Amino acid sequence: MGPLANERSIITPYRRHEAGSQPPLSYPAYQSNVRRAPTKPLILLPHTLSEITGPIYGHGEIGETDNDLTRQHGGEPIGERIIVTGRVLDSNGRPVPQALVEVWQANSAGRYIHQRDQHPAPLDPNFTGAGRTLTDENGVYRFVTLKPGPYPWFNHYNAWRPAHIHFSLFGRAFLTRLVTQMYFPGDPFFPYDPIFQSVPDEKARQRMISKFDLETTQPNWATGYKFDIVLRGPEATPFEG
Amino acid sequence: MDLVPNPSQTVGPFFHFSLTTAAHSVRCIAGPQAPGERVWLMCRVLDGDGAPLNDAMIEIWQANAEGKYNHPDDPRISAKDPTFTGFGRLGTDENGMCEFETIKPGRVPGPGNVFQAPHLNVAVYARGLLRQLYTRVYFAGDPANQQDPVLALVPAERRGTLMALSDPARPGHWRFQVHLQGEQETVFFDV
Ligand SMILES: [Fe+3]
Repeated sequence: MGPLANERSIITPYRRHEAGSQPPLSYPAYQSNVRRAPTKPLILLPHTLSEITGPIYGHGEIGETDNDLTRQHGGEPIGERIIVTGRVLDSNGRPVPQALVEVWQANSAGRYIHQRDQHPAPLDPNFTGAGRTLTDENGVYRFVTLKPGPYPWFNHYNAWRPAHIHFSLFGRAFLTRLVTQMYFPGDPFFPYDPIFQSVPDEKARQRMISKFDLETTQPNWATGYKFDIVLRGPEATPFEG
Repeated sequence: MDLVPNPSQTVGPFFHFSLTTAAHSVRCIAGPQAPGERVWLMCRVLDGDGAPLNDAMIEIWQANAEGKYNHPDDPRISAKDPTFTGFGRLGTDENGMCEFETIKPGRVPGPGNVFQAPHLNVAVYARGLLRQLYTRVYFAGDPANQQDPVLALVPAERRGTLMALSDPARPGHWRFQVHLQGEQETVFFDV
């Protein structure tokens, strides 16, 4: 096969991460990281079609209650009902429409439905804790759920995870894939949590914390939290012609 | 407007009931109608002690047999192919393993106006990893590997870590081991 004319001109590389804005590969305070983080340096990859394209996944399989985790069973789950909403944007400030957002979380007692969760707190027969939705044309997503409880783990003596909701997002490219966590304002466990603290930059850490929002809050129904999520975006606007 | 992307955080040990349920796992990347050489790819993830990870998730993104991605940013794609998504996602089992069914991708244009060798793009997620690891699966013995511009960036002695090996006893079956650490540590990419 010979060279392909014009092929390079259509590749718009994505922006690389700013120093300190992402956790390092190696962060030994997080015990599970010690024998799992690669020790050799990553090899810098120029962006090709393989990196700047990505799965269009999850469309057409969103169920009616998939974005309302309080209505997935016969009865009402117990806990503080919350609305979590925000916009998915790229680093150029453009909304990311039709993006799949998947979430999972512990129940209000801090217990996951997962069989390997050994925390001696009750399961809630009316709460699974898994949800999914697509962003709309403005990049907006919205979930109704319960505020998850903090839960203990075995990382160190008396270790507790701050309350959090796990988020998984598909943007436009395979390199925009993001798995992250959303935290709640004022959580007392932040200073002690190596997963939260693994992000070096203070401002970057603050971006993982949702904001209480009175406008999102619904009277006599649910408290509201705003959580915008930024995915990587292309380096520059491609020019026409 | 310049915004800074959200930090990645670990997928943790408890993602299965959301991300890799039967409904949301994707074992078959290319349906039976998809043209191309059929491939069953067994992936296995091991930690620095050689112990299998039972709580990893592997995602795969690949081109079709013509080397085209099922995506609007691949300008060569004319229409979406319903038999082929190019995307796979599985959790690993107690032995650290999972098996995808797919087709061998064609050659995709690369940097410098050369074609890349057939490869699958792989992201590994697991408890203990604060962000996903990107690697690639190439097919050992494919002559195109010699000219691949990405393999050329990898020190020769480490290229083998990116090779899936075929099982001589079972045509079409390939194995790919991900070593997170150790002598055989897999090459991971900064994308
Ligand atoms: Fe968690």
